[in-house]
Amino acid sequence: MRDVFIATLMDLAAKDPNIILITGDLGFGVLGQFEEKFPNQYFNSGVAEQNMTALAAGLALSGKTVFTYSIANFPTLRCLEQLRNDVCYHKANVIAVSIGGGFSYGGLGASHHATEDLAIMRALPNMHALVPSDTWEVEETTKFLSKGVGPGFLRLDKTLPKTLGDTPDSFSYGRARQLRNGSDATIVVAGGILEDAIVASQLLDERGISVRLLTMPSLSSIDMEAISDAINDTGALFTVEEHRVVGGLGSAIAEEALEAGLRPKIFRRFGIRGNDFVTDVGTQAYMKKAIGIDGQQLANDIYEALAQ
Amino acid sequence: MDKSSKSQDMALAIRRKAIEMTSASGASHVGSCLSIADILAVLYGGVLKVDSEFPDSPDRDRFILSKGHAAAALYAVLSEVGFISDNEVLTHCGDGSRLMGHASHHLPGIEFSTGSLGHGLPVGGGMALADVLDGKDRRMVVLLSDGECDEGSNWEAIMFAGHQKLKNLMAIVDYNKIQSLKSTHDTLDLEPFVDKWQAFGWAVTEVDGHDHEALLDAFTAPTDSKNRPRVVICHTTKGKGVSFMENSVLWHYRSPQGEEYDAAVAELNAN
Repeated sequence: MRDVFIATLMDLAAKDPNIILITGDLGFGVLGQFEEKFPNQYFNSGVAEQNMTALAAGLALSGKTVFTYSIANFPTLRCLEQLRNDVCYHKANVIAVSIGGGFSYGGLGASHHATEDLAIMRALPNMHALVPSDTWEVEETTKFLSKGVGPGFLRLDKTLPKTLGDTPDSFSYGRARQLRNGSDATIVVAGGILEDAIVASQLLDERGISVRLLTMPSLSSIDMEAISDAINDTGALFTVEEHRVVGGLGSAIAEEALEAGLRPKIFRRFGIRGNDFVTDVGTQAYMKKAIGIDGQQLANDIYEALAQ
Repeated sequence: MDKSSKSQDMALAIRRKAIEMTSASGASHVGSCLSIADILAVLYGGVLKVDSEFPDSPDRDRFILSKGHAAAALYAVLSEVGFISDNEVLTHCGDGSRLMGHASHHLPGIEFSTGSLGHGLPVGGGMALADVLDGKDRRMVVLLSDGECDEGSNWEAIMFAGHQKLKNLMAIVDYNKIQSLKSTHDTLDLEPFVDKWQAFGWAVTEVDGHDHEALLDAFTAPTDSKNRPRVVICHTTKGKGVSFMENSVLWHYRSPQGEEYDAAVAELNAN
């Protein structure tokens, strides 16, 4: 996802000299080509995320569109008030890009596990929190955010090097994308965990369960038409995210669905449960297994939920 | 009328209005407002190129009041130069007013909303950087409080601006040496303050923050020959101009009411 993001941003930066990339001193071996090609559109703020974000706001309020770049929680939680006051309040065209959503840096410990960012970013006023699930969505969300739509958050992770399933002609903010149709249950996903949702839907298919699969990249603007259709057509709704179940994708859908009077027969949020930190460490694949959101366990849990 | 007497008149008007506003609304921070009345009067009395007829002019100088709690003083000076009407000034902190207790960008003439400390200088650094990139020859001025310099975000910005040699950026510190609960010396000592800025790559000027000629000289000095950003450290008196408010922590919070209000106004009128 990271390389696709940089390649897309380089295309955009070549056409628009007002696009600027600021890194918080991360991106070894990745950002060098951007710096070389666009030396006047690239800055390293040093390891100083508060200043990175505030200076991005100052640049944006002077006509620039600024992408701030770092990993895990550093471009979001470390400078949360700068995002809230300087960026969101002033509707500045600043996009906080986090490489390493969820357990992308699973082996590095709890400091590097980005597992509350969706809840916090989507709570910010004026924020466009976007969570692409595959290559096509990375390209499209990056292009969308570069158009001066206001504050943005782009959560990328290390999974999925390719586009999965059919793509619409163009990306529409606030719209879900249906990757496969089904009649027995719907899985909604945001982020690279899509690959596990695909495995789960295939395993369920083998067991005679027909699964509709949706991605929901626009976390700040849930596509309720797609959710309503999914509930009416399939009856069962499962959300999957590499995040705590508090406040993220599942919460966003539950809030909207309940207020809209929608009543799925079965609704379950897959993500990190419990009130403690995940103190385990390991690869992203290991971490997903450890908390029970890998494809196999998702399939088993959904199968059992439907059987009840 | 020379520039200095014009700015003296403006400073008096700022003090009167700040006292009137904080009294009418029961608001805090009158001491912080009086502390910067002279700084604002000199800036808006001819240093900053801003025009209330064209508040969004692309060539305007830009100013951020990072110590947003002294908003009443900013609203006062903006009313003096025509951005806000005198009638609207009286709505300060009232129900539905645009003049909230901390500086708001929803008002013409205010570039950036503040209130949480340590935000103005980092944002001002970004604005100054944008002007460098765009080849724009204009000023970026940020006014900070001394207590605000406790915030680490400022020192990130100070380091960045020094490194990038943002000579078009000017920070002004209202160094009245009193912060929220006690003196800066007893709270978190800023000294050696000048040395700190210099060590981070800034040109430093120290002035008496109530001497208009000295302020004017400092604010209009040519940009630094080594392309360093400049900080003007203004030695000020918190509550300046009203004897019983001077150098008092109490008047960081207290709103002038009744006899105190009358005494404050009488003292200003006598000068």
